[in-house]
Amino acid sequence: MKNSSPETQESAVTFENMNGAYKLSVLKSMLRIRMVEEEIAKRYPQGKMRCPTHLSVGQECVPAVIGTLLSESDLAVSTHRAHAHYLAKGGDLKAMLAEIYGKQSGCCKGRGGSMHLIDEKVGFKGSTAIVGNTIPIGVGLALSQKLRGKNDITVVFLGDGAIEEGVFYEAANFAVVKKLPVLFVCENNLYSVYSPLKVRQPQGRKICDIASTIGLHSQEGDGNIVAETHRVLTTAIDVCRQGQSATFVELHTYRWREHCGPHYDNDIGYRSEAEFLAWKERDPIELYKTQLYKAKILDAEKLQVMIRQLETEIQDAFQFAETSPYPPSEQAYSPVFAQGVNINIAEVANG
Amino acid sequence: MAKMNILQAVNNALHIAMEDNEKVMVFGEDVGHFGGVFRATSNLQEKFGRDRVFNTPLVEQGIIGFANGLASQGSVPVAEIQFGDYIFPAFDQIVNETAKFRYRSGGQFSVGSLTIRTPYGGGIAGGHYHSQSPEAFFAHCPGIKIVIPRNPYQAKGLLLASIRDDNPVLFMEPKRLYRASVGEVPEEDYQLPLGKAEVVKEGSDITLLAWGAQMEIIEKAAEMAEKDGVSSEIIDLRSIQPWDADTICQSVEKTGRLLINHEAPLTGGFAAEVAATVQERCFLNLESPIARVCGLDTPYPLAHEKEYMPDHLKTYEAIMRTMHF
Ligand SMILES: Cc1ncc(C[n+]2csc(CCOP(=O)(O)OP(=O)(O)O)c2C)c(N)n1
Ligand SMILES: [Mg+2]
Repeated sequence: MKNSSPETQESAVTFENMNGAYKLSVLKSMLRIRMVEEEIAKRYPQGKMRCPTHLSVGQECVPAVIGTLLSESDLAVSTHRAHAHYLAKGGDLKAMLAEIYGKQSGCCKGRGGSMHLIDEKVGFKGSTAIVGNTIPIGVGLALSQKLRGKNDITVVFLGDGAIEEGVFYEAANFAVVKKLPVLFVCENNLYSVYSPLKVRQPQGRKICDIASTIGLHSQEGDGNIVAETHRVLTTAIDVCRQGQSATFVELHTYRWREHCGPHYDNDIGYRSEAEFLAWKERDPIELYKTQLYKAKILDAEKLQVMIRQLETEIQDAFQFAETSPYPPSEQAYSPVFAQGVNINIAEVANG
Repeated sequence: MAKMNILQAVNNALHIAMEDNEKVMVFGEDVGHFGGVFRATSNLQEKFGRDRVFNTPLVEQGIIGFANGLASQGSVPVAEIQFGDYIFPAFDQIVNETAKFRYRSGGQFSVGSLTIRTPYGGGIAGGHYHSQSPEAFFAHCPGIKIVIPRNPYQAKGLLLASIRDDNPVLFMEPKRLYRASVGEVPEEDYQLPLGKAEVVKEGSDITLLAWGAQMEIIEKAAEMAEKDGVSSEIIDLRSIQPWDADTICQSVEKTGRLLINHEAPLTGGFAAEVAATVQERCFLNLESPIARVCGLDTPYPLAHEKEYMPDHLKTYEAIMRTMHF
């Protein structure tokens, strides 16, 4: 782990001395994300979820841990791969699934779908399919938090690819100048679609080093190991909340399934089955379960209870999403403008 | 002749252009070894090497900026923007540099060898950012041509012409039809003219004008109207900038009626430009107001896609309204 700002020290709260209930809550959050994503993958081929969908299977640790460290009034923005971030920020599973199904009960009334989750209620100020677009928005959110003088922070989730968009540098620079309470969480999963890091960024140069050169308090860590992820994130969040510096964390992880869609795609040649299997050996959930078993925090029965609870919750949520109505045709124009604005109404087909 | 879909026709045109001229280069996100997210650039890197075909970082403004620099030095870049919706981060480079270099250098040089390929359009449940049709933004920007093919034959001939044209070209590919539109395509090198509309079917009662993926919509609507005794003349505009006002006006002088379709929102869409010119030039020939069937004035929706999209039923109704004005 790298820590670029000398004046900050490790957080006093270490993962090791957190209690068992907390540790189990992290496991439950990881399992919840995994099971939701796997259920989406299972049902996706039925053709009822029609929007492009990017799953976070294999990347559950970072969102699950950060979810336990944020308060309700903290804000978050995210990417095309947003389900895990939304759930971790306290998002409503039913509203998320209904959104993916394009239903009126979705968090955005079905207007957006999987990549466009927004939920003001839980401080989830938006995910987007335009890579990089939420990065400066997150910085603006952090500026507003600072102006209000609250202790809240904004988390900007981003991938290793998004670092390549120029807007990241613009946003990071401003965040440093203004010492904004923003935390950039970069989940480095080695790929942008089919392009490995090595054809996109110089080999040997680290993303966290770029961030630290810009002036962000910057650290890296293993994003598949709960304790390490927890340590890196608690430090960053402390620094952020105390208003010492804008912060950046690079957490190494791996997406298991194809970039977009429900399948595996190790056979098509842009990455190898061997690489995938090596990462699967390091399944963040299995690694964590082993640790919890060893510490006698978890046993087979507790795990079964947890899984059964989650199964019920998830099946209920899918049932809700599938049976919810589509938005009515006469609402096609709402809410583009504030009420009272006259617009050019074209013919709307009867849905 | 060979049966190809639009992706294969595009791929075939790129192979021919690269073989024909060693200055042609292909780059963009994921276009290399893997051939892009739609496989339009398959096998190019294997055949022409990594210097001429390569993946860029995830950086649209950069892709077009790099292409501008290369083009101004004599390379022939064919840059890919992975989806038309991701062109906006590069909007500034295209509008302020690509389109203006010839003019602002006083004609010393241009980036006329540049072609920007991008898939556009909806009907695939892509939601806000995998569905838009941004042609009108660029039509408002003198200095760059805009070309949109409707089928594989057009795609190959128009792409080859675009790559070889001495002006920068934005080449927008109807992604809904990428695999769905299949047709006979000559295997040899050929070009189709830029700036020239094509009368696809002659008729006498109404002129139906569209481009890209809307062509099959107006064709379907015309078949329905035919059963009611309406004879439609069907025109593919093909080039949005510069556009072929002569062919359209000649047709309207004959039919006295015009209906224009596009997927982009109604207000400020390119149909408005066509309508303004046609009413100016054909005022006395018009039997009814010029009609438009376009996308709604809303962001591109997921749930309301059916309401948003101009389809053959809306088009048919508009034809009948125009006929009975
Ligand atoms: C502006 C823009 N350019 C390109 C894309 C296409 N695209 C979608 S996701 C993606 C890769 C993003 O990689 P990364 O940031 O590492 O996130 P990951 O998918 O690995 O989670 C690309 C290129 C896009 N959605 N938006
Ligand atoms: Mg990535």
